[in-house]
Amino acid sequence: MSISANPVLDVRNLDISYSQGDERSTVVHGVSFTVAPGEVVALVGESGSGKTSTAQAVIGLLANNGRVENGSILLNGEDISHWSARRLRSIRGAVVSLVPQDPGSSLNPVLTIGAQVREILEIHGRLDRREADRRVIELLANVGLSEPELRIRQYPHELSGGMKQRVLIAIAIALRPALIIADEPTSALDVTVQRRILDLIDDLRREHGTSVLLVTHDLGVAADRSERIIVLQGGRIQEQGKTADVLASPQSAYTRKLLSDAPSLAAAKPRPPVEPGRPAALTITNLVQNFALPTGKNFRAVDGISFNVARGTTHAVVGESGSGKTTTIRSIAGFQKPTSGEIRIGDLDVASLRAEGLRQFRRKVQLVYQNPWASLDPRQTVQAIVEEPLLNFDPLPRTERETRVRAIIERVGLPLTVLSRLPHALSGGQRQRVAIARALVLEPEVVVLDEAVSALDVTVQAQILDLLAELQRDLGLTYVFVSHDLAVVRQIADTVSVLHNGRQVDYGTVEDVFSSASTAYTRELIEAIPGQKFPRAETSRRPIKTGPLS
Amino acid sequence: MTRYVIGRIGQALLVLWAAFTLSFIMLQAMPGDAVLIKFLNPEFGLSADQVAEIRAAYAVDSNLVVQYGHTLINFLQGDFGYSLQAGVPVSAQLATNLPPTLKLAGLGFLAATLLAVFIAFLSSMAPFAWLRNAIQSLPSLFISVPVFWLAIMLIQIFSFRFRLVSVINPGPWESLILPVATLAVPIAAPLAQILIRNIDEIRTRPFVAVARAKGASETRLLWRHVARNAILPTLTIAGVLFGELIAGAVVTETVFGLNGIGGLTEKAVGNQDLSVLQAVVVISAAAFVTINLAVDLAYPLLDPRLRNRSGAAA
Repeated sequence: MSISANPVLDVRNLDISYSQGDERSTVVHGVSFTVAPGEVVALVGESGSGKTSTAQAVIGLLANNGRVENGSILLNGEDISHWSARRLRSIRGAVVSLVPQDPGSSLNPVLTIGAQVREILEIHGRLDRREADRRVIELLANVGLSEPELRIRQYPHELSGGMKQRVLIAIAIALRPALIIADEPTSALDVTVQRRILDLIDDLRREHGTSVLLVTHDLGVAADRSERIIVLQGGRIQEQGKTADVLASPQSAYTRKLLSDAPSLAAAKPRPPVEPGRPAALTITNLVQNFALPTGKNFRAVDGISFNVARGTTHAVVGESGSGKTTTIRSIAGFQKPTSGEIRIGDLDVASLRAEGLRQFRRKVQLVYQNPWASLDPRQTVQAIVEEPLLNFDPLPRTERETRVRAIIERVGLPLTVLSRLPHALSGGQRQRVAIARALVLEPEVVVLDEAVSALDVTVQAQILDLLAELQRDLGLTYVFVSHDLAVVRQIADTVSVLHNGRQVDYGTVEDVFSSASTAYTRELIEAIPGQKFPRAETSRRPIKTGPLS
Repeated sequence: MTRYVIGRIGQALLVLWAAFTLSFIMLQAMPGDAVLIKFLNPEFGLSADQVAEIRAAYAVDSNLVVQYGHTLINFLQGDFGYSLQAGVPVSAQLATNLPPTLKLAGLGFLAATLLAVFIAFLSSMAPFAWLRNAIQSLPSLFISVPVFWLAIMLIQIFSFRFRLVSVINPGPWESLILPVATLAVPIAAPLAQILIRNIDEIRTRPFVAVARAKGASETRLLWRHVARNAILPTLTIAGVLFGELIAGAVVTETVFGLNGIGGLTEKAVGNQDLSVLQAVVVISAAAFVTINLAVDLAYPLLDPRLRNRSGAAA
């Protein structure tokens, strides 16, 4: 290969369309960009921006109903956009490879790790079996997997998410491709794992001189890891340029909005300190929760957690997967009896409640779940969804129920026309507003927000966070905000508990914990927040107002 | 793992016992009995007293609990009692009638599986949408065809019109071709439907996209990545469908005049030959339970996630 400045990837005027029924709709319009050898280019955008379609077209993996309408995709100078399937197969994996989004479902569950890494060598190479096995072990060691000889005989379910992503990276680099497409490679991973995986991709890139097309919704990740950024919106490029330039002086209004909405990049506006002396809305003392394992032993998911949340404030529960945060909130909501310890809502001891008392108690604590696509019954209208909690408690006359549903729908910033619609006709942000309305219609004292903004795009996330802050101010609500995203926590919470393996490793006001964390684990979490390579963007967050409809 | 196997075998034995007990109770609850049906026949010219004597000799009126105990112990020893109507041991009847049914059911099941796999993979590989749709509508067609009608049509077409398979004095294997086909079609239909749906679903999984990104060909994708994952849930259904197979065998045997369990059952029901019916119920249950046990035990072999749960630490 000659050393030249010719780009590895040169996309020119790319149009991509999808057919649905008899209609074709174009989702990518005239996208042009290049990736130079050894360069990391980030393709940034929200859902529906066309970033994934663009990336899929480059590796020839568009869904069956998708098609490149116009333009060319030059890979090492050759236009592959009209190659036959057979010819495309010869470059997939060898010249351009993929690191997928969700490591959990990206490995075949019935094949061993070894077989799946070896497969790419089998398809393209003529290595004999023993040589291939040796190479597989070498690759697994290369991506930092411990005991590679053991790993090759293991199945995907025996590995953690981070380990699986390492295996997938080993597959992607196996044939030293010129270009790796990393499609949201870490969005399904915990923040500390995310950092290690991104470091790994960085190291391998430097070692092999591979170019990386990094597809991400996370501006913080793009800011830290890329040399150039391409901002996509609605299938069109809004802006592209050197990462430092784009972040320092964004040219398009959309980029400015993205930057101001990204919690990891925007300067955190500290919340005013909570004045002392407020009564506690929720007090947890020494909560322990065991689960019986099939082997007869007990697994301690939560081990001695204590915190209290003053009325009208927000307490964040932060931790990675397996830290016990979900178990904690399930106990708060009364879904399970604590093994020991006490949970008090106001002056009510949750553990003492039985059937009917527990049911009545549910009006005091309401939950908003992570996934607004799954938490709303697809066959109920918004009216029915929001009204349902009212039907479960003291009978209200129909007109009264309707008044309350209408009031709360308007309160969460939705137009009354949504009442007759079904969830699938709403956007993600609108659905999450419906979920919030459903939680608030009973006028609860405590609202538990379980990763309630994690599945949303940054601009929508910012709107929902604003809404939550506004509702808290106006209605005096108390929030328990469960999140893995420390950047968001810094923005919305007053106090925070950091959980690690079921233990509470840090507890205090957000300011104290962020400025002087007492444990190494918390510091690692804080340092792993992406977007720290660049100074905070000057665009500070908009003042709180009722956000436009998302 | 051993706990899993022992547990499953224990469950299977429990089902067998329950089938035996329930069928015993229900058969005993029927009005009249085989002795009455056989000996009250005017051809024998027996008086009421004589019939009562015979009834006493057969102990048909003795305590049900005692009868239950006797029958259970005999069954456990492999003694199924006597057929009153035929006057021979039930085991002798089974020895002649069971093998043809087993052959029919076994081959029918095999044929159904092959047919289902063939349809499913054909539909998944079909290059045109119209062809795909046509192949995918085959199972619905298969399932709505009545077995007896299909049997008669097959005889009409293949034996009488084209004279491919003779129905008069056929060879031992030749005689099985049409019955097996008849039996296979309705069993293959639900299997194929489930398989088609699974294949379509598995194809959308990210690991298939990853395999494609490795440069794998469509054939490789289908056989190495899609097929094995798609077949897993189909196994359970296959086990359940085996019950339908036994029911289907009765009709098929009648139409094709095969002397199998189906014919035996039909006669025994007419004559209230309880020992025969009890034996047939227990044997069908045993076949059903064995197949499902085999399915349960095969699962961990095909799906590593079920082998052990020793997950690695993060």
